[in-house]
Amino acid sequence: MTTTAPEAGRSPTRERPRPGRRPLTLRRRESRAGLALVTPTLLVVVAVIGIPIVWTIVLAFQRVRLATLRKTGLFGELTLDNFDRVLHTPGFAGTLWTTLVYSVGGTAGSILVGLVAALVVRRPFRGRTVVRASMLLPYVAPVVAMTFVWQVMLDPQLGIVNDWGRRFLGWDTPIPFLSQDSTALWTVIAFEAWRYFPFAFLFLLARLQAVPGELEEAARVDGATPTQQFRHILLPQLMPVIALLGVLRFIMTFNKFDDVYLLTGGSAGTEVVSVRVYQFLTARTDIGAAAAQAVVLAVVLIVFVAIYLRFFARRGEP
Amino acid sequence: MDRDRIERVSLRWLRRLVIAGFLLVTLLPFWYMLVLSVRPIERLLLDPGSLLVPAGELTAATYVEVLKATEDGGQGFLTFIRNSGLVALAATALTLVVAIPGAYAVSRLRFFGRRQVHALFLAVYLFPSIVIAIPLFVVFTRAGLRGSLVGLVLVYLSQTLPVSVYMLKNYFETIPVSLEESAAIDGAGRLGVIRRVSLPLAAPSVMAVALYDFMIAWNEFLFALLFLVDRPNRWTVSLGLSLLSDGVEVPKTVLMAGSVILTLPIVVLFFASERLLTEGLTSGAEKG
Repeated sequence: MTTTAPEAGRSPTRERPRPGRRPLTLRRRESRAGLALVTPTLLVVVAVIGIPIVWTIVLAFQRVRLATLRKTGLFGELTLDNFDRVLHTPGFAGTLWTTLVYSVGGTAGSILVGLVAALVVRRPFRGRTVVRASMLLPYVAPVVAMTFVWQVMLDPQLGIVNDWGRRFLGWDTPIPFLSQDSTALWTVIAFEAWRYFPFAFLFLLARLQAVPGELEEAARVDGATPTQQFRHILLPQLMPVIALLGVLRFIMTFNKFDDVYLLTGGSAGTEVVSVRVYQFLTARTDIGAAAAQAVVLAVVLIVFVAIYLRFFARRGEP
Repeated sequence: MDRDRIERVSLRWLRRLVIAGFLLVTLLPFWYMLVLSVRPIERLLLDPGSLLVPAGELTAATYVEVLKATEDGGQGFLTFIRNSGLVALAATALTLVVAIPGAYAVSRLRFFGRRQVHALFLAVYLFPSIVIAIPLFVVFTRAGLRGSLVGLVLVYLSQTLPVSVYMLKNYFETIPVSLEESAAIDGAGRLGVIRRVSLPLAAPSVMAVALYDFMIAWNEFLFALLFLVDRPNRWTVSLGLSLLSDGVEVPKTVLMAGSVILTLPIVVLFFASERLLTEGLTSGAEKG
């Protein structure tokens, strides 16, 4: 439907061409109307997203600080100093590693939890609509409210987790989940899996519902048990979606700022690259270094995604 | 019993257990938020493990404090709500005005570069927002737009536009072209066709897109933080809550009331739009 519809019927306008001027063909008139209608969209995207991306790359090669901003021209002297400074600021490699662990952990966690969720609500049962809707809540609720609730729940003094842990699980001392190095990163990853599993859940549920019932019936007739059916029938059907989700979630998590910043502020070994960019930008007001760090982030991401597509995505293809 | 029987029976029970577990894990934080928002802080410190409001503790003082203006000793959330509401509504309206013609063009009209529009959106959408934030920070500082809500509306517009165009485009494509053609034969111009035929037919999807845009703008944090942090009377609800929760002065229960205020509109809109989305999809299927 989508491919044939635009070809089938064309342009509605049929005014008589003005005399003395060569009439525009229908095709050209359509082309003009199309461009005119899409221009506002393009202008906004290019002005507020396209130009800033290019500009960040330029800024990364310039010496710009917030204090000297008014004196700096658009295309000042180009230099590699920023990259030098970024690469040699202590913690550069650590930040990159943290970002990687956080992204891989968050991606795998959210997809795995989402898969389990999709499998259990796949078949109809009473109250299914309510269950499905409440499973989407963590994803749609405001990130600031969710991180705040988690912070309070995990708080050593007034949090419910530590209270119950000491009462029912026999913990001797409260665990400061978000402020000690050994647990902070894993807690942030757990938050990530909790908040974003609905995204994977939606995609996987849609795919599961499109799997023809005959496939499983045939397998059952042949004597396959439910786990065998999952392993040999459902999983291969889901693999392309899982591969796609892997790329999407990895990119989104890699770029994430809000969640980590709001939960830990980047302390206790959770400083990811985007939080570091923010620190360069605001705490040090070093715009050039912030831009250089952001460019490093984008380049590393592109490399990872390229590797992923090269080695993993191909296997998922049917 | 054979393996098949054992698996079937145990999986049936496991499934119920897992569903219950999911409900607990997804809903508990929301319930906890609600409970804390109506308890006095002194009581919370004494008994932090309670999931019910103990008798006689129920209070609305937290909501009064969080909503009251700062001059009256409150936290000024009424101002934040107004700011968030204004920004989100303006961004939603602008997004629709820009996205509807754009989506129509991409779905219906053949023009030079039509295919490339898609690739551009996708590429743009995958870039980290912190990359875009740096030059915008610079430009807004120079243009004096930092601390103004107008700048924020512009940024939100750009953030929601790609997905909005994409969703609307998909819907426009399900509307039969013949309907538009008959309107054109009856003498309607291009814009008339969009306004009188395509738009009314796409109304459910336009509503869903509007709700999506509103939720994104209402929830947004990073750009609000970058642009508004120095101007407390311009803070949005998200920004206000996060900045106040950094300090120790404001009791957590008062902030919980703030976070209920932040979350509630979104949850209500979400349940409304979920029904709307399904209705929109099914009605489209009947007509198409």
